[in-house]
Amino acid sequence: MGAGHAHRLYRHGHSPVHRLPPHCKLVAVLGFVVVVVSTPREALWAFALYAVLLAAVAAVARVPAGFLLKRLAIEVPFVAFALLMPFVVPGEQTELLGLTVSVPGLWGAWNVLAKGTLGVAASVLLASTTELRSLLLGLQRLRLPPLLVQIASFMLRYGDVITDELRRMSIARRSRGFEARGVRHWGVLAKTAGALFIRSYERGERVHLAMVSRGYTGTMPVIDEVTASRAQWAYACALPVLALGVCLLGWTV
Amino acid sequence: MHVPDGFINAPVSAVAGVVAAGAVAVSLRGARRELDGRTAPLAGLVAAFIFAVQMLNFPVAAGTSGHLLGGALAAILVGPYTGVLCIAVVLLMQGILFADGGLTALGVNITVMGVVTVVVAYALFRGLTGVLPRTRRSTTAAAFVAALVSVPAAAVAFTALYAIGGTTDVPLGKVLTAMVGVHVLIGIGEAAITALTVGAVLAVRPDLVHGAQGLAAPLKLRVDGALVDVPAAPAAEPAPAARGRSTRGVWATGLVAALLLAGFVSYYASASPDGLEKVAADKGIDENVKEHGAADSPLADYGVKDISDARLSGGLAGVIGVGVTVAVGSGVFWAVHRRRRPEPVAGALGSD
Amino acid sequence: MSRPARPAPSPEAAPSSGVAPSLEVSGLAYAYPDGHQALFGVDLTVRRGERVALLGPNGAGKTTLVLHLNGILDAGAGTVRVAGLPVEKRNLAEIRRRVGIVFQDPDDQLFMPTVREDVAFGPASAGLRGAALEERVMAALKRVGMEEFATRPPHHLSFGQRRRVAVATVLAMEPEILVLDEPSSNLDPASRRELADILRTLDVTVLMVTHDLPYALELCPRAVILSDGVIAADDHTQELLCDTGLMRKHRLELPFGFDPRSVAVPRP
Repeated sequence: MGAGHAHRLYRHGHSPVHRLPPHCKLVAVLGFVVVVVSTPREALWAFALYAVLLAAVAAVARVPAGFLLKRLAIEVPFVAFALLMPFVVPGEQTELLGLTVSVPGLWGAWNVLAKGTLGVAASVLLASTTELRSLLLGLQRLRLPPLLVQIASFMLRYGDVITDELRRMSIARRSRGFEARGVRHWGVLAKTAGALFIRSYERGERVHLAMVSRGYTGTMPVIDEVTASRAQWAYACALPVLALGVCLLGWTV
Repeated sequence: MHVPDGFINAPVSAVAGVVAAGAVAVSLRGARRELDGRTAPLAGLVAAFIFAVQMLNFPVAAGTSGHLLGGALAAILVGPYTGVLCIAVVLLMQGILFADGGLTALGVNITVMGVVTVVVAYALFRGLTGVLPRTRRSTTAAAFVAALVSVPAAAVAFTALYAIGGTTDVPLGKVLTAMVGVHVLIGIGEAAITALTVGAVLAVRPDLVHGAQGLAAPLKLRVDGALVDVPAAPAAEPAPAARGRSTRGVWATGLVAALLLAGFVSYYASASPDGLEKVAADKGIDENVKEHGAADSPLADYGVKDISDARLSGGLAGVIGVGVTVAVGSGVFWAVHRRRRPEPVAGALGSD
Repeated sequence: MSRPARPAPSPEAAPSSGVAPSLEVSGLAYAYPDGHQALFGVDLTVRRGERVALLGPNGAGKTTLVLHLNGILDAGAGTVRVAGLPVEKRNLAEIRRRVGIVFQDPDDQLFMPTVREDVAFGPASAGLRGAALEERVMAALKRVGMEEFATRPPHHLSFGQRRRVAVATVLAMEPEILVLDEPSSNLDPASRRELADILRTLDVTVLMVTHDLPYALELCPRAVILSDGVIAADDHTQELLCDTGLMRKHRLELPFGFDPRSVAVPRP
């Protein structure tokens, strides 16, 4: 269920992929994932080619394979779901490793696993080669509503601060001998969550005061803007364009 | 429950994306009314809070533990618009920064975990606080029920999306039973934690719980150590009017959303021709597989999308449509009913 | 209330003729929306170029007073004027440019992703762009010795560095009066010293809210005590700190072994 998001993916580096403007990368990854999702599941070789394309990007970005593979673990709940499919989906039955499984179920499991994995891998590559700050600039450049970008920016700025507060509260609890072991301790944990909300909200109010004190009137001044040259766009779009070629082949072959 | 890429087909993902974008756009406008100029920092901090609190582990038993999803909590604490925004931003950041939830499934994730959870929880919460006596205990109870229902509601919404655009025909009855069953369990945990957390906030800062209001006493001056009234000065206004005004918008939006949802779902239900499943079953395996492939693509014809059990999906759609409409409709009734009465909410909460 | 709040001691009041005081607060009262009243009629005048310490026990209303100085809180009763301008809605933009508040927690103040953007926020909100903006940002960072950290995210800095950047964010707006809320809190002695050196070089009016009495004595010739929501005393800092009865009455305590008489301080 996706707990433990504190682990940041960004890896500092100076590869050509790192240097690409963030909005180009966002567009490229989104394009790639859309193409992958639209590929017919029977074109097994197409998915192999997509994996090769991603591996090539990872090599250029100098992201080690182990790092990439470790992050795929995020998929685990859905792997479980996918593994059930061959047993619950009705349809043509077949024998596999001595088990009776359904053919549409197998295809379904393959479809989810292949596309999900490629999607996660592409996102991991994006996140590991792009700084938080530039991702936000990229979203801003892609005309995401400014208010939404501001909210995301505040969330990222204070995510660490609030997670730290949560950690300190947990240390304070444990140093007074409290260890949450079961449902009857939920009251204490919920009080922690309540206190954390109040602290977060009050900090939000104080941040607003600090902003207003320096002349904030509802819109953020644009201090930085990212731009991309035609060459950079071309470079970034190599990935989705190649993938699109593979996808079209998959439909026609 | 972050849906990855490839789970829901491209057309339905795109439609969910449009729905999510619309909901976020409405929420951006609404949040400005809920929080005026403070939207960006406050929503940002609340999003950071949701993000952090999802990491707080609640031990269940025997080494297992759960964590808060936060949709209902956000809705109750900061209101529906800000709630949707916060959850949407958390999901967006999780998708981009942590590869948690597919990028093409972002619309599905925001619609299911953000919009449905928040709207259902808030509608129930307002409905219940409208009928229950205005005490802290009943506010907490309302939070419990709202959170309890919001989680299986999200599961139902997900199942509905899966029925329309799932990439594999898992029998819908089984999916629905499994999803709702599991999520009722999760919902109980979510409900307990949400209610306890809302209770904890109510105990310290009742004014921070959306809808509760502060009291204003007349100002005094300290003159030589004694308190005297300020001479006929223009009294400070607590200005809670904006909050009251915004509720009508909430319900109007909720109703429109429910109707759209109902219409959308029943369109699909009626578009699946009777007996399609029989035709599909009569076909050979190769054709069957080929059809799956086509149904998976953006080029697929929506009308002949293969739904293995048309009757079930039709019935399901009807139930969801009617259910959501009734829930939201009664919510509107209670909200309007409640607005006609004076609202000494904070007083009741404070004296409890 | 051992003595009535008397007007500011003004042996060198020469420039006050003609020039409006940096800050003029009169009869200020305020209650929070939850009903809690924090200020009960504050009168305070700070002349241009003065450095004044605002002392008082916890809960005396110091922060509430500070939030009135740039119109974040609206006076329930009474008035606030900054350089002659009344603090009211139509003057707010100008007031907020002239009153620079450094808040207690630098994490509240540094809300932008990088130091440079944070320092640029104020001037950019006022419409400054391009090279002029860049120049202003670097000048402000140089004054607090943080120019090398311009591209760093604030949460990677030490607390003392963050406090200095917080001062820079306000200096970049070239304020008329600098208001510091507990500037020395949570600083190690070296950071505290460095900040004092920076503050001493600044040529602006300073109002410093603090519990750190030696710091007040070192930096501010004049001090006022805010207690129970009113100004309870107003005098030379050294004389205030030496009045043990007054100090005890308002829960102000000098650190162990510190004797304000033994320190040579600049007299106003």
